[in-house]
Amino acid sequence: MSARREAWFTTLCVVALGLPLLLLLVLFGQVLVDSLPRLSWDFLSSFPSRRAENAGVLPGLVGSALLCLGTAAIALPVGVGAAIFLEEYGGNRRMARVIELNVANLAGVPSILYGILGLALFVRTLGLGRSVISGAATLALLVLPVVIVAAREALRAVPHGLREASLALGATRWQTIRRVVLPSAAPGIFTGAILAVSRALGETAPLVVIGAVAYVTYLPDSPRAAFTALPIQIFSWISRPQASFAHNAAAGIVVLLALLLVLNAAVIVLRDRAQRRAAR
Amino acid sequence: MSTAAAAVPSTPAADDAKRPGRAKMEVRALSAAFGSNQVVRAIDLDIEARRVLAIIGPSGCGKSTFVRCLNRMHEITLGATVTGQVLLDGEDLYGRGVDPVLLRRRVGMVFQKPNPFPTMSIKENVLAGLRLTGTLGGTDAARVVESALTSAALWDEVKDRLDAPGGSLSGGQQQRLCIARALAVEPEVLLMDEPCSALDPIATARIEDLIHVLRERYTIVIVTHNMQQAARASDTTAFFLHGELVECSPTERLFTHPRDRRTEDYITGKFG
Repeated sequence: MSARREAWFTTLCVVALGLPLLLLLVLFGQVLVDSLPRLSWDFLSSFPSRRAENAGVLPGLVGSALLCLGTAAIALPVGVGAAIFLEEYGGNRRMARVIELNVANLAGVPSILYGILGLALFVRTLGLGRSVISGAATLALLVLPVVIVAAREALRAVPHGLREASLALGATRWQTIRRVVLPSAAPGIFTGAILAVSRALGETAPLVVIGAVAYVTYLPDSPRAAFTALPIQIFSWISRPQASFAHNAAAGIVVLLALLLVLNAAVIVLRDRAQRRAAR
Repeated sequence: MSTAAAAVPSTPAADDAKRPGRAKMEVRALSAAFGSNQVVRAIDLDIEARRVLAIIGPSGCGKSTFVRCLNRMHEITLGATVTGQVLLDGEDLYGRGVDPVLLRRRVGMVFQKPNPFPTMSIKENVLAGLRLTGTLGGTDAARVVESALTSAALWDEVKDRLDAPGGSLSGGQQQRLCIARALAVEPEVLLMDEPCSALDPIATARIEDLIHVLRERYTIVIVTHNMQQAARASDTTAFFLHGELVECSPTERLFTHPRDRRTEDYITGKFG
């Protein structure tokens, strides 16, 4: 009886795992087939063009990479700092709880609202313009809750006894955090960073609001330069009536997915290295 | 900087002029609480230099909280408060201008659960106190590691794998590693909060032997709920009940001729 139930449950789990995987495979296969006529080195290294067969994804690729770097560079220190404050210092419990609630709520705010905030704050008030830096700052705000929550989880998973051991050795709080707590929490924090950057990479709506340009024929040469991003480029191709641009869109999607994979792999390698150093 | 754990017996600190038996720490009217929950009440107690003081009592009697007041670890818990005085060589730990961080280098601590730093090797664990606080400086790290591990009776077991992670050792070895880590900072007093409660009898016996040796050079306070351990390992025993000090006597006398009825009831197993 219980063995039959066990088999049932196992089957159920396999189906639950297999169905989404199958769907993903079908989707990805479709896109891959669509993209084949366009996928080439030229596609990666060319600028957009009115003629679909000459159009390339280079500005979007560079723009997305810069956005990711900028987002991580802003969101990681701020997010980890906030998490350290909330977890390690906390101070006034009530204030910590209010901040906590806000962070949780921020994670649920539609991304377009971040775009509007970014437009008002970075583009207009701070006068950064419709630039890479505005985009990165906006995306950083967007992913900040993810970073904070992941970093807090990682910090909380560090046993309390380790902090006590360090303090009892005559270390200050900051020395304890820097040398004992953060190294133990680093793998978890990196995982949070993967999630955050992946999300930033796929975001379109806030960038549209900020004013990413769909047709860029040069590469951004400064943080203040105009930019485009892969999702924006794909979006603009999809909305064209010509069928040949649909191939471009598919190829763009493949490039975006590949970039995502490369990024995740890089961070996983980094994380493993941190873990190995940790276990040495 | 001299190495506290040199092979030749020496005083842990050059300025420690106190002879064994003289009061190293004097506790005066010490009370401690978590919020409104009073857990230690008005304790007066002398801790003799280079002797072992055992603190016994049933669970929840405030013995752990008491020793955590001796190196100001109690106050790191949110809402924890302390009143009264603790004098170390005549100077109040809770006086103005005393930095708890510096104090904890003079009064070391070993915890109930072995807690070596998992991200560090055996060697790095021993050096952790000096590295964390940036006081390693030009000291010969290899010598500090060897002497601290020797003092903790662990050197022979780990000398060939100093770069292995601290977590790869057995529970008893981990606890001795934690003792070595505490000794490397060259404390004058060593607080041990139920150091054997997570260990098997053989590992426990090794720690007790170690305490016997360490008492030559350090003032030791050991919290234990194991009365046999207190009887074997200590010179003086204090019995705590409900946050109060019931009796503090030479260990042999406390276990054979307790002055207080409650002590007698506890050591004869009527409660606890």
